[in-house]
Amino acid sequence: MQIKVDRDLCSSCETCIASCPYEAIVLQEGKAFVNEYCQICRICLSVCPEGAIKEVPDAQDSKDTVTDISAYKGVMVFAEQREGKVSQVAFELLSAGRRLADKLSVELFAVLLGAPESEANELIKWGADKVFLCSSDSLTSFNDEPYTNIVSKIIKEHKPEIVLTGATAIGRSFFPRVAARLHAGLTADCTSLEIEDGGRNLLAIRPAFGGNIMATIMCPDTRPQMATVRPKVMKKCACSANHTGTIVNIEVPTNGKCRTKVLETTKDADFCSINIQEAEVIVSGGRGLGNPKGFEMLKELAELVNGTLGASRAAVDEGWIPYNHQVGQTGKTVCPKIYIACGISGAVQHMVGMQSSDIIIAINKNAEAPIFNIANYGIVGDLYEIIPRLIKRIKEERG
Amino acid sequence: MDYFFTEEQIMIRDLARQIAEERVVPVRAELDEKEEFPRDIMKVIAQADLFGLFVPEQYGGLGKGAVELCIAVEELSRACLGVSTSYAANALGTFPILLFGTDTQKNTYLPDIAAGKKLVAFGLTEANAGSDAAGIQTTAVKDGDDYILNGTKQWITNGSEAEIYTIIAMTDKAKGARGASAFIVEKGTPGFTFGKKEKKMGIRASVTCELVFDNCRVPKENILGKEGMGFIVAMKTLDQSRIGVGAQGLGVAQGAFEEAVKFAKTRIQFEKPIISFQAIQHMIADMAIEIEAARALIYSVARFIDSGAKDITKPSAMAKTFATDIGMKVTTNALQVMGGSGYMRDYPVEKMMRDAKILQIYEGTNQIQRNVICQNLIKEFSRMK
Amino acid sequence: MKIVVCIKQVPDTAEVKINPQTNTLMRDGVPSIINPYDLHAIEAAVAIKEVMDATVTVLTMGPPQAEVALRESIAMGADEAVLLSDRAFAGSDTWATAYTLSGALKKLGFDLIFCGKQAIDGDTAQVGPAMAEFLDIPHVAYVSKINSISDTVVEVRRMMDDGYDVVETSVPVLFTVVRELNQPRFASLKGKMRAKNAQIRKLTHADIELDEKDLGLSGSPTQVKNIFAPEMKKERVVFEGKPEEQVTELHNVLKSVKCI
Repeated sequence: MQIKVDRDLCSSCETCIASCPYEAIVLQEGKAFVNEYCQICRICLSVCPEGAIKEVPDAQDSKDTVTDISAYKGVMVFAEQREGKVSQVAFELLSAGRRLADKLSVELFAVLLGAPESEANELIKWGADKVFLCSSDSLTSFNDEPYTNIVSKIIKEHKPEIVLTGATAIGRSFFPRVAARLHAGLTADCTSLEIEDGGRNLLAIRPAFGGNIMATIMCPDTRPQMATVRPKVMKKCACSANHTGTIVNIEVPTNGKCRTKVLETTKDADFCSINIQEAEVIVSGGRGLGNPKGFEMLKELAELVNGTLGASRAAVDEGWIPYNHQVGQTGKTVCPKIYIACGISGAVQHMVGMQSSDIIIAINKNAEAPIFNIANYGIVGDLYEIIPRLIKRIKEERG
Repeated sequence: MDYFFTEEQIMIRDLARQIAEERVVPVRAELDEKEEFPRDIMKVIAQADLFGLFVPEQYGGLGKGAVELCIAVEELSRACLGVSTSYAANALGTFPILLFGTDTQKNTYLPDIAAGKKLVAFGLTEANAGSDAAGIQTTAVKDGDDYILNGTKQWITNGSEAEIYTIIAMTDKAKGARGASAFIVEKGTPGFTFGKKEKKMGIRASVTCELVFDNCRVPKENILGKEGMGFIVAMKTLDQSRIGVGAQGLGVAQGAFEEAVKFAKTRIQFEKPIISFQAIQHMIADMAIEIEAARALIYSVARFIDSGAKDITKPSAMAKTFATDIGMKVTTNALQVMGGSGYMRDYPVEKMMRDAKILQIYEGTNQIQRNVICQNLIKEFSRMK
Repeated sequence: MKIVVCIKQVPDTAEVKINPQTNTLMRDGVPSIINPYDLHAIEAAVAIKEVMDATVTVLTMGPPQAEVALRESIAMGADEAVLLSDRAFAGSDTWATAYTLSGALKKLGFDLIFCGKQAIDGDTAQVGPAMAEFLDIPHVAYVSKINSISDTVVEVRRMMDDGYDVVETSVPVLFTVVRELNQPRFASLKGKMRAKNAQIRKLTHADIELDEKDLGLSGSPTQVKNIFAPEMKKERVVFEGKPEEQVTELHNVLKSVKCI
């Protein structure tokens, strides 16, 4: 495959040159030209106002499809657990998986490792038709190699067309190994999953370039189509005690390699107490705070509104607040009822992590700050004038 | 303006600037507030090889000269004079070894200095010997293969943090200035302790303290040069280091100037940014002229020193005096441009102004510098007739 | 001990903006940098070299201008740098990238491999673990601390979503590292001078002996169907006036949504 410019259509507007992340487009004899730095990211295709940039197949591009993709049926969700309890993200994925399975008229499978049968029953209530359960205690703590071995084996035997897991520390660590082993396409950190109109291909939508653009990814020639999905992005459907399904017990394979050993698992109290993904109200601070003391003020406000502290990447990079408060593309995606952004200008990478909040309130000095584009309520002003007064007002009212 | 720095000099400037902006600027206010010696920053400077700039390559340094040292000092001073004082005082303490050390002394001390593993301090000043260095009362009495040091040095930069000290003491009081000698004394030598840590108006990130010698035995191998050369060691050392103090004045002026311009562009009064008022414009223009003049003088004198010129006393005193007076003037005027905001600790300029004052005082007050300049002029004119 | 650090040159995404009128990516003047997480990987490797007998090789796959990133790594203390570049690699997705890099790694040899946890242009975090699979070695992702290290065994702490695990692994092994692991050093002057004249070793498709059908676009299972600008909300209420009035409005909003 190559990207070529149709010189007759090119109007020399240079839009493509500015858009190329690899500096691979140059002006040659007055028209755009794609040079050898091109990584075929296709960004230029969508920006050209004349439609002058096209994909041209190479001679050797004719792919010999080794996979018989029609042999793959069903949607599979890897349900992760910590300390034997299924994580919330698994239920979110079952809800998304159920929707995809119904659209494709296929079954929804779940895979559960290192948890008891009672947890497998939970997965059925949340929509799984069949749960592959390996309840061995040896799998309770997460270990990449055994997880890779078992999940790869189940996929090979049962041939699901779609496999999903959470874009969590666990999912993002071992799913790439599974995909590598199966020569399957894996799309990371999806924020939306759809089925192609009139076909069976999965359309996985994900942010790229720090969330500055969204990309739709598909795997038309290979199966299974794998994806990791960010927690809190998919809405959970209702669970139903009436939904029935079967549990298939799996033995731990004896021949798989395991060269790592988990010596100790520690739940960090700090991590849990500030689980920003579970919070209903988040008071978040950015570079506009000017110094780490600003967070003490925000903390006071957060306590008054039963909220949790969040932060932009800029504030975390400055060292004003630990990373586990970070909201955004490189931090956590959050979806609280109320998000109060204080001194956050609204880099796209931050906004993709909080824009689905129900209500967004932004306080910023700069009326032009992009955060106001997505805010429901905006206050243009100095947060050091606003917030202390607000804290005082709330306290007064409570007596 | 372009000072036609070489590719390597630009590399040094960029690295020093990066350290200043990423590691010094974020903590300078805190270091000032807490009067805390910036050990972490010293480590970063060491790792970047900046301590070895002017140390010859055979001792693990980079073999550069005054221009490069000034470039590094200017950039660090633009962020924080406390940090740059600790850095520059290290050079001050090293020059005696560099200029007068034997091969053995150089081999023993310079590699660790170049690598930044050991900090150095220079001990000349005493309670009764400031501008009048001949008033030194610390004594070094020969006793077999050792000298025994007694006395107290005052206001020594890097005191207690440094591992290596170059000390001026009297070996023969009767001879006056010709009776002084220079010694290398290592931290931990019995009889060598540290007195009180001073509380200062500015450069509070740097540490200043007393060195106390109480029957401190130093092997005779540690003498620098010969007995009686102590004042020559001190004067030649100051000739080399003075330009660095000038570069500090230049750097702090540049830092304060940038803050003032940034502020003037955003501060609105009478519905306009204050930079649109002529009163402010003239102040800013004057600052820019003064800084450029200081920079031109600093780097031409630094190049003169690097050319191997013999008598550098007068030009280095001129550069120190002019650039540090400019440092004081520009920081004061930058604060004035910023008005009340400039006076507050929320902005860095009040600290810069407090810091800048020392530059007109240490390593020879600017009044003493003027004496030196004029004494040299008198000599020159008497030769001319 | 032979340590290889895999790095990527990326556009500084903090600087990438969308043109709101045309919804296109504005790439003008956005600098290329070493992926920030990879700096922590380089630091980890160079720090090990300081305490035990080791060499550090930096490897990147990318266009010829990625050489700049390799020279910066040498300035930070790496001994050797390798650029894996060929037109045949163009269009690689994470699978093909990991596969190609693993071919180069087999050729170079290694005991430890360090990668940043993810690259900021794609944020996939896939290439590291996938390389470990292709090389048939274990990996530990999200390493935030190295507890102990010997020629045969390494004990590390890895970050999890709810805390951390302590994991012991045999060598050879691949680690992907997070920001908490260390603070990357500045390039030293001597390093910069060495980097200026350092030889960059170049590897092409011909050197790594992999089947062409598994490389570049044809080896990539995933395809980008299209890209578009993220949707942003439009309607909003802006409170103006004096701080007192603004606070009154804000207070009312918080009350109306039962936040207070």
